[in-house]
Amino acid sequence: MSQHPAIELVGIDKSFGAVHANKNINLKVEKGTIHGIIGENGAGKSTLMSIIYGFYQADRGEIRIDGKPLTIRDSQAAIAAGIGMVHQHFMLVENFTVLENIMLGAEGGQLLARGASGARRELKRLETDYGLDVDPDALIEDLPVGKQQRVEILKALYRSADILILDEPTGVLTPAEADHLFKVLKVLRDQGKTVILITHKLREIMAITDEVSVMRRGEMVATRKTADTTVEELAELMVGRRVLLRVEKGEAKPGEVRLSVKNLTVKDSRGVTMVDNVSFDVREGEIVGIAGVAGNGQSELLEAIAGIRKPAAGEILLDGQPIANADPARLRALGLAHIPEDRHHMGLVLKFSEYENAVLGYHRDSRYGQAGFLDLKAMQAEAVEKIAKYDIRPPNPLLKTANFSGGNQQKIVVAREIERDPRALIIGQPTRGVDIGAIEFIHRRIVDMRDAGKAVLLVSVELDEIRSLSDRILVMFAGKVVGEKTADAGEQTLGLMMAGIAA
Amino acid sequence: MKKTLLTLIAMAALSTTALAADIKPALVYGTGGKFDKSFNEAAFQGAEKYKKETGTDFRDFEPTSDTQGEQAIRNFASRGYNPVVAVSFAWTSAMEKVAAEFPDTKFVIVDSVVKLPNVRSVVFKEEEGSYLVGVLAGMASKSGKVGFIGGMDIPLIRKFACGYAQGAKAANPKIEVLQNMTGTTGAAWNDPVRGGELTKNQIDQGADVIYAAAGATGLGVLQTAADNKKLSIGVDSNQNHLHPGSVLTSMVKRVDLAVYNAYKDAAAGTFTGGIQANGVKEEGVGYALDDNNAKLITPDMKAAVEKAKADIISGAVKVHDYMSDNSCPM
Amino acid sequence: MSTASVPLPNWITYGLMPLLNLLVAFFISGLVVWWIGEDPIAALKLLIEGSLGRGDAIGFTLFYATSFIFTGLSVAVAFHAGLFNIGSEGQAYLGGLGAALVALALDHYVPWYVTMPFAVIGAALFGAAWAFIPAWLQAKRGSHIVITTIMFNFIGAALMVYLLVNVLIVPGKMAPETRTFLPGGQLPKLDWLMAWFGLKLGPAPFNVSFLIALVMAFLVWVLIWRTKLGYEMRTLGISPSAAVYAGIPYGRTVIIAMLISGGLAGMMALNPVMGASARLQVEFVGGAGFVGIAVSLMGRSHPLGIVLAALLFGILYQGGADLSFEMPNITREMIVVIQGLVILFAGALEYMFRPAMVHLYQRLRRA
Repeated sequence: MSQHPAIELVGIDKSFGAVHANKNINLKVEKGTIHGIIGENGAGKSTLMSIIYGFYQADRGEIRIDGKPLTIRDSQAAIAAGIGMVHQHFMLVENFTVLENIMLGAEGGQLLARGASGARRELKRLETDYGLDVDPDALIEDLPVGKQQRVEILKALYRSADILILDEPTGVLTPAEADHLFKVLKVLRDQGKTVILITHKLREIMAITDEVSVMRRGEMVATRKTADTTVEELAELMVGRRVLLRVEKGEAKPGEVRLSVKNLTVKDSRGVTMVDNVSFDVREGEIVGIAGVAGNGQSELLEAIAGIRKPAAGEILLDGQPIANADPARLRALGLAHIPEDRHHMGLVLKFSEYENAVLGYHRDSRYGQAGFLDLKAMQAEAVEKIAKYDIRPPNPLLKTANFSGGNQQKIVVAREIERDPRALIIGQPTRGVDIGAIEFIHRRIVDMRDAGKAVLLVSVELDEIRSLSDRILVMFAGKVVGEKTADAGEQTLGLMMAGIAA
Repeated sequence: MKKTLLTLIAMAALSTTALAADIKPALVYGTGGKFDKSFNEAAFQGAEKYKKETGTDFRDFEPTSDTQGEQAIRNFASRGYNPVVAVSFAWTSAMEKVAAEFPDTKFVIVDSVVKLPNVRSVVFKEEEGSYLVGVLAGMASKSGKVGFIGGMDIPLIRKFACGYAQGAKAANPKIEVLQNMTGTTGAAWNDPVRGGELTKNQIDQGADVIYAAAGATGLGVLQTAADNKKLSIGVDSNQNHLHPGSVLTSMVKRVDLAVYNAYKDAAAGTFTGGIQANGVKEEGVGYALDDNNAKLITPDMKAAVEKAKADIISGAVKVHDYMSDNSCPM
Repeated sequence: MSTASVPLPNWITYGLMPLLNLLVAFFISGLVVWWIGEDPIAALKLLIEGSLGRGDAIGFTLFYATSFIFTGLSVAVAFHAGLFNIGSEGQAYLGGLGAALVALALDHYVPWYVTMPFAVIGAALFGAAWAFIPAWLQAKRGSHIVITTIMFNFIGAALMVYLLVNVLIVPGKMAPETRTFLPGGQLPKLDWLMAWFGLKLGPAPFNVSFLIALVMAFLVWVLIWRTKLGYEMRTLGISPSAAVYAGIPYGRTVIIAMLISGGLAGMMALNPVMGASARLQVEFVGGAGFVGIAVSLMGRSHPLGIVLAALLFGILYQGGADLSFEMPNITREMIVVIQGLVILFAGALEYMFRPAMVHLYQRLRRA
């Protein structure tokens, strides 16, 4: 019996104005397989998945589900066709319970109670079938991210999805949670479901997929059996040239202590202790990495050092000078630069032009204008210089920042913070949502800073990144530094420490 | 015979047209709008009455701002409307300007004084009318407390309140008069809900007769009083019919007559400028007595209020006008 | 969603689309007019003639527009800092007090051009002062500015009525208003400006405040796009978290933005108080503060857009009054409906035609 592919795309084409996001895409995803789709940011992965899920309509081309051509006008139609989507940013109502979220939009009639008991039964079945245990009455906001993601998957399965699309599913997970997710995906596959996994992490592709398709600049450049390819080949296919996956750097030459954190305790806005009596030093000429699963206090630690969040107790010293109560403007003047974790909310004002963002935080400097006025010419001239130096594309300082790709946006932030020649640099998630080419560039810059004798503090949830950049690694768990390791510590060891299991 | 009839009809028609052609009346309302159940509406009814009697149509306009009011008065004058009646003190300055520009046009301003030869300024002695209804309230009250609810807190309304208080005290020296103003913006004239709340509040404090001088806000006062089986007093028009048996009386202010008379005088060629102060004596203000409230007014009350009326006319009782010195002796 | 990210040329976004929205608003208004039994074409003609057809009509249109420019700028400045100032009405009301006090104090002694700068400052100071408390409460206590500014509109109205009824009133006069300012306390009419264009201003109170409004529009443009303070306000307005990151002090920026906003609203009072009636009256603002919200929305918070939107609203106000004067069937409520439709289509539904435009534009480009 010849089986149709679960989903087949024929000649899909989509443009947004002058941007040709998908060019003549052909793709076959076989039933009962896990199919990876990789590509840099802006390669067109998300657009393609949005077309399958009915958010966008293709300009040309055909989608065939189980061999039958189908027009998917909206997500309702996609759900009806058995397609489920787990978004990178969860689409859950935080103050609803798990059950309520799963039923949302599929309440099963006007009477909630009747639908609820049915949903509860169905949920039970899904849990036992796929090993997806979640308390149906827990509030979403009380669940850890890993569980929230499970709810998203359950939501799709509850709507009888046969094809499950996951968009960057491991970005927010601990290694252990990610492993668990992969197990679940394998179970789903073995039970006949089809999984499409969108990611930029090559390691995950290799670990779990059966087949992998690579996208570059809107085109589907290759599809390989995972068993027949290598990480190096995939990276080259993605970027279109050979890339260095590992940062090459020499020995660190640590000098004087620049940045010193002593018994620091930080609470969040609800009064919960997020950083608990943490102490460490960062010396000039070294990169100290802080590993940890997202939400274990790293963000609050960075914010406290950057002057954004007032510490509850403890001291922060820059060159021996206490700075725990200084505001960000003063810290910049003292030579502390900050590349924030979240460029969309902190590092950039997306509606601003590129050149306006290129001075954010330094805008009061007299070089950008005297007597309270802005000198647009000076700002733009400097922006043009940085654009050239950091190869920011498109090279147009007047363009709205939102119209740059993630990697180029991050380069705007990195250029701004590094080019001021700071004494110390604190960095959060430097390459989140950044394409491989830009990652390589940004990593190079960070190492250059170290070699220029700056003190660098790096926070990242990407263990690979921490391991390849750091000279020393601190692991944070539940607000505490649970241990320090050298850069050559094994992934296993660090992973266990991140999970709070061994110190 | 037939011919005679036709001639008669033709003559009648001619004479009316001749009369109608005499004047082109116009009316500019206050910013409260035409159908405010208060004095703008009374003005409208005066004009309607004239129209019904003579067949002479009139033009009217509801301005929404000071500038528009001036424009409207000027527009009417420049298009040959005559006389032009503007009700509301808000048009005082506008009238001063426009009446000077059109000395041959006859103007009337109600509730304010403009000293120009071609302007008739019609003002009312609201304190006298309020005094009369105050007397009735003072006698009707069993609790010894009566209420007053004003619209916007301006001198004109304090004048109502002051006259009312004087009348109530004249009837019952120990009486307590509760006073509330609805608000400080024009919305205070058109907020029946708030009027109702204030009424409830005064009732809770013990008031059992409440006088509303608050435009459409008063409708809420009358309604709430009726709902709580208390007495109320209407204002401007005769509002006794709104809640028969609950509205004790109404302080009528004959804005309709002012408009009607202006048109009539102009048509008859007897229009005069200058100030027309309408008090009890001129029957410009008074209290309303009809079938709807006949049972509420006892013979004693009737006698007392009629005596008060006679005393005012004779000058034996002088009701203090709040606006003469911006203060109330009560 | 699918077409939101497609860039369209500016001439479509800022030229064609507003025009289309306006046409639709007028079309639907026309249906309303037709439905009540009047001729829509004649009504439109009356509206245009009544607002632009004669020298005095243009004068009145520009007089209204002047007030709307001030309040529109006021709303826009606050909006750029992420603050929704609903209190322009009350700030303008208090601004009137500032202007009137200056006029009453100086009109006996000096000519108008000496009074004017003091009056501008007085109006702005009082307007700003009225914005200060809500701003302070927002900055330091987190009380929502929408709520507090609305409350301050009422408090302002109460205060002004109190002052006019008890303090500033001319004794023995019925109307709660100050005495008439002498010429030294009045802003002269712009007859000469109209004469340039061969028009006669007539009785319209189009006055010098219009020029002040245009100067303010320019200064607001400079403030927002050419100063560091404007940069900080915009950062705060678009992304409060980025403002924190950049070390932009929240409280200070909020308070300054609101002071400027209140000052602009206060200056609106120059137009009616010193330019038209030459006295301070109750309720002289007459809703111009609220119209400012619509004007700012429609003008995309840009001074040029605000001037144009204010002109449009001036046309609607003056033309509308004239229309309801000429066609008594079209009541003033009907005029408000038409104004509402314009706000709805030109402001609130600004993106209604965007998807269609995008499709059309793409097809045209492909062809």
